[in-house]
Amino acid sequence: MLVDQPGRRLSRRHLLLGGAAAGIGAVGAVGIELATNARPQVVGQPLNGAQTVPFYGAHQAGIDTVPQSNATIIALDLAPTTDAATLRRLMKVLTSDAARLSQGEAALADSEPELAVAPARLTVTFGFGPGLVAAAGGTAPTWLRPLPAFGVDRLDPAWGDGDLLLQIAADDALTVAHATRMLLKDSRSFGTVRWVQTGFRRAPGSVKPGTTMRNLFGQVDGTVNFVPGTPDFERLVWGAADNPGWMLGGTGFVLRRIAMDLDKWDKLDRSGREASVGRALSNGAPLSGTNETDAPDFAAKTAIGFLVIPEFSHLRRARSENPDERILRRGYNYDDAPTGGSVSNSGLLFVSFQANVDAQFVPIQRRIDALDLLNVWITPIGSAVFAIPPGCAAGGYIGDTLF
Amino acid sequence: MTSTTPRLLIVAALGLLALTGCAATTDTAAPHTAATSTATAAASLTITDPWVKSAETGMSAAFGTLVNVSDTDINVVSAESTAATMIELHETVADDTGAMVMQQKEGGFIVPANGTYELAPGANHLMLMGLTEPIVAGAENTFTLTLSDGSTVEFTAPAKDYSGANESYDK
Repeated sequence: MLVDQPGRRLSRRHLLLGGAAAGIGAVGAVGIELATNARPQVVGQPLNGAQTVPFYGAHQAGIDTVPQSNATIIALDLAPTTDAATLRRLMKVLTSDAARLSQGEAALADSEPELAVAPARLTVTFGFGPGLVAAAGGTAPTWLRPLPAFGVDRLDPAWGDGDLLLQIAADDALTVAHATRMLLKDSRSFGTVRWVQTGFRRAPGSVKPGTTMRNLFGQVDGTVNFVPGTPDFERLVWGAADNPGWMLGGTGFVLRRIAMDLDKWDKLDRSGREASVGRALSNGAPLSGTNETDAPDFAAKTAIGFLVIPEFSHLRRARSENPDERILRRGYNYDDAPTGGSVSNSGLLFVSFQANVDAQFVPIQRRIDALDLLNVWITPIGSAVFAIPPGCAAGGYIGDTLF
Repeated sequence: MTSTTPRLLIVAALGLLALTGCAATTDTAAPHTAATSTATAAASLTITDPWVKSAETGMSAAFGTLVNVSDTDINVVSAESTAATMIELHETVADDTGAMVMQQKEGGFIVPANGTYELAPGANHLMLMGLTEPIVAGAENTFTLTLSDGSTVEFTAPAKDYSGANESYDK
């Protein structure tokens, strides 16, 4: 018996379990001891899976939410007969599903309710394409249309556009899969899946919270970004811009599927990789500085007179003199199965949120399109723009300001 | 705010029905319960998470969890809805061959005192027969339950597409 072993310090837990197991004998007690030792738990540390993000509110979740580790982004094509009444029915169902699942509660008619118990900060963010807004009889924001064509684009329509956007994200891939399944089976009688794009970042707990993500080129990606709650965020993400009234509290969404040629990137040495971006690979610091958050000095020159941050670098080209030309980046890596004899099919789901796509996103992309050495290794192959309606109150549904 | 809050509001609101016109905000999944009188069995009965299976024609079924907050059993004896010409209170049981079949529940549903009674696919349910029009996903349907004391409970249930709940029908 455990309690009879000399020289052994017994924890309260051992004693309690030993006592509880007395009825089933010493073997049972030892078994319990092994089981408890095998599963160390830090007292008071909440499970990742138990964490929730509020669903209801002035804004939809999944925008100012610290990016979760896994995302599935889906566009649906709605049936041609869709009207405002249809949209009301659809969005009531999907809002209910999203609200419940995000709080760790099974959806109504959820066939796998056990998969709903670990929400893991699940958010579902809905967006409306121009076709949906037209079907609702509403006025679209002026920028709600395909982006202008850029010279670097090699767009595949299979990754573009759509009527209804679902951005489903959580710190757990199984949670994302279940939410996706529930939302898609509840969408089935309203339309068809146009495209599905899945992406990932670091798993929760792998790196210090707040660490900027790295893309599959190894680059620190997303250093300069809006911070929720700041005036910049309020104005350039949630701002009214000149959007129609039903958009108040909403924003604009751009997804660019950017293929990254890992094989070509392999041929580039480290200094070339850093010059193409203008940042150090080690910590993302601008080449003119030492820390990631150092402001780049675009005038800094080397001993022999060259710019430290090259004119052709991504950092230089993506940066505007106009402070209004900024966006919230919230992208994910993708790493899909290679085809055609290649060994990689990888890239970035570049996701950005901005109150006015034409005024904020397009100028940045124009500059990158005109000159950016990084274009040698990256190619936009998909493009989609959606209007993100505001959040809703309990009792409402996403889209209730429009239809 | 969690999505369970509306339910709590509803339960809390039961005792306040006569006092306030304050509409507890509810999402589409939340129950709406109207008691005919606080003195009746209906005053103690709510339904949480009601939903009805979408269907084009013919038959369908409605589900949810009946909640009795009183100290006495409540007997649901019948149900009505504009969605169907007739509704039966059904249970699912094994027949002589072992197959699961649906049949009318003798005496209706008994919701135990301070307990719940679940209506779920493959188990007890409200059986809708002779649909008056297609039940389409996302539409809300109103039901009225009649209790053994004659009082009634009204609730609305959203329709959901659902592939299950296909048990053979044996009247």
